[in-house]
Amino acid sequence: MNTEIIGIVVMFLATLLLAVPLGRYIARVYAGDAVWTDKIFGPIEKLFYKVSGINPAQEMGWKQHLAALLTINMVWFLWALFCLLNQSWLPLNPDHNPNQTPDLAWNTAISFLVNCNLQQYSGESGVSYFSQVYALMFLQFVSAGTGMAAAAVVFNALRERTSEKLGNFYNYFLKSCTRILLPLCLIIATIHVFEGTTMTWKGIDTLTTLQGDTMHVSRGPVASFVAIKHLGTNGGGFFGANSAHPIENPTYLTNMVQMIAQILIPFAMVFAFGYYTRKKKLAWVIWSVMTIGFLLLVIPAIISEVQGNPMIGKMGISAGSNLEGKEMRFGATASAFWSIATTVISTGSVNAMHDSFMPISGMNMLLGMMINSFYGGVGVGFLNFFVYLILAVFIGGLMVGRTPEFMGKKIEAREMKIAMIIALLHPFLILAGTALSSYFTAHDTNMGWWFADAAGKHNASGWLNNPSYHGFSEMLYQYTSSSANNGSGFEGLADNNPFWNITTGIVLLFSRFLPIIGPVAIAGLMAQKKFIPESSGTLKTDTGTFGLLIFAVKVIIAALAFFPALALGPIAEWLSMK
Amino acid sequence: MKKEIMPSILLSLSCLVLFCVIYPGIIWAVAQLAPGKGEGFTVTANGKKYYRNIGQKFTDDKYFWSRPSAVDYNAAGSGGSNKGPANPEFLKQVQDRVDTFMKHNPEANKALLPVDLVTASGSGLDPDLSVAGAMIQVARIARTRHLDATQINALIGKNTVHPLAGILGPEKVNVLTLNLALDHEMHP
Repeated sequence: MNTEIIGIVVMFLATLLLAVPLGRYIARVYAGDAVWTDKIFGPIEKLFYKVSGINPAQEMGWKQHLAALLTINMVWFLWALFCLLNQSWLPLNPDHNPNQTPDLAWNTAISFLVNCNLQQYSGESGVSYFSQVYALMFLQFVSAGTGMAAAAVVFNALRERTSEKLGNFYNYFLKSCTRILLPLCLIIATIHVFEGTTMTWKGIDTLTTLQGDTMHVSRGPVASFVAIKHLGTNGGGFFGANSAHPIENPTYLTNMVQMIAQILIPFAMVFAFGYYTRKKKLAWVIWSVMTIGFLLLVIPAIISEVQGNPMIGKMGISAGSNLEGKEMRFGATASAFWSIATTVISTGSVNAMHDSFMPISGMNMLLGMMINSFYGGVGVGFLNFFVYLILAVFIGGLMVGRTPEFMGKKIEAREMKIAMIIALLHPFLILAGTALSSYFTAHDTNMGWWFADAAGKHNASGWLNNPSYHGFSEMLYQYTSSSANNGSGFEGLADNNPFWNITTGIVLLFSRFLPIIGPVAIAGLMAQKKFIPESSGTLKTDTGTFGLLIFAVKVIIAALAFFPALALGPIAEWLSMK
Repeated sequence: MKKEIMPSILLSLSCLVLFCVIYPGIIWAVAQLAPGKGEGFTVTANGKKYYRNIGQKFTDDKYFWSRPSAVDYNAAGSGGSNKGPANPEFLKQVQDRVDTFMKHNPEANKALLPVDLVTASGSGLDPDLSVAGAMIQVARIARTRHLDATQINALIGKNTVHPLAGILGPEKVNVLTLNLALDHEMHP
């Protein structure tokens, strides 16, 4: 085996090895059991609760949880908006970057609030250090904490009992941040500063290159940022080139650390669910379904990137991998692995430019985001999977003629309606957005205030960086990435203008909060129901057969919803290159 | 919802202090122990400072060329070309790079020209080249600098960065350190 393959295999196995004990630890944190971090963070949390007037022992119902979650998210949104709109005069702006325009600030604040980190600006010129640290990095912590807290509420609701009391939201949220995210971030950031990632408040440095050109080098407090960016599956880069940038991701080692950091918690949350509800076998079934889905996407992507671009091969040079948009220190294999990992999980950070990948890889990235729960983002990945799980239980129950039950609770019409709405919302947002932008592009509509390209022209087709099928894929990718709260992009698309900022901003809001509200509501409703102990009449959920059923439900929904769009974009492009 | 507003604001402020003041403060303090004190790894040659990890533009025939860059090695505005693999404009650009390379390297065997020398990196700041990408430039450099090819091959060997722990990831050459070594070799 070559060293590039060994690299990704080691990366994957190391993640699994770390995720199982981390899952057990997370389960203990949410259950309120004694853990080793109590001594350090216990007093800090107590102080925070005292300052805020919160009683962490006060239990909440599912509606109270959602009220608290939405209120605190509103506070964060306003804070981020304030920072971005005023950064030019706020401190820590050594490079004198200007304020963001209102439509850009709206998009940026929402996209970091919802854990997406779709960036329509470049970090070097679009934000100050103040915004990077106090608005964006802050949101990277708390939005991850929000997702994990919502998952904790669902864990709690699925325990085998009847109750309306589902723990305290603030308690789950704060502990997710202090007990899980912060300690791991300290380790990850430390590794980065010793590998060459900068951690300085100084601005752009100017130097003369060996050949004699003048060169400006952006720097900044990157190490602390890059740690939570991955651990919280946020993905927003400090620099425009994200984790392809040699300061943000300087070596193969940091690349491995960042890769492990982003898959770690999505893995661990599944195992945490198993430990918390004492259904370890079910957790492994869920993990296996996710992993099979991931492998089915990642292997073709690696093969097509390593085989390279046939059209460059025709030029008579040495046949090699597709290296446009890729970095030599990672190579095609690790870049392809990353591209799929970052899209099945909702990270959306990139270590190579997705726009320049081969069509099959691009399609698999899209599919990862369309399905959005082969692992998925911190906390929310599990919630998305939970929706499919409910659907599978219902379908499975009907197929064998048994009352659909999950975790000893009946699944009835109300839960099914919510699950269906959430499952169909995602394709609706993606396809409606793509249809709208495609209509404008096809008619080359004059967009007026909504769009102007670099030359000041308002023609809609000007936002594409690539012609033909690939141009369609750019628009499809942008809405898919928004609706999956992913944040990666086919970055050629000219997206920093009112049209894209506003429409994707709206998609982001819906696709974040409804898929949190839905599963929490389902779980809350289930928790109130009478607990029926398992009997011979119960559909067993912790079996391979049931795993296959969930997988089939996912594939059918994704295939029915998205195949036509994929056929117009990446599949047509692939056929045209044959 | 109303009664959640004050606790939300106060808890957010507390979190702001912990995650945005104390946490970066700790990492900044740790960085003071690292090489370069958190301001980036640098190399100094002839009294001039360079960033080791950030690629530079090398187009002069006497230096090993670095990879093409979509942003012309502007380290204050990183990025890739974002051109799709079948984009005719992109393919023409690659063909032009192949032709330019062959014009400057008439002694090179075109069939051995590796893809990394004619495609732009993701950041536009890639500091590295494949070993093959350095090897194919040896004849040109030997000619311009009146050096022996074996001498230059040895330099490449010395400046090759091996996979992590010998088994993880690709092999590569840092173009800046290689060119610095080349200058040093000529004027020891």
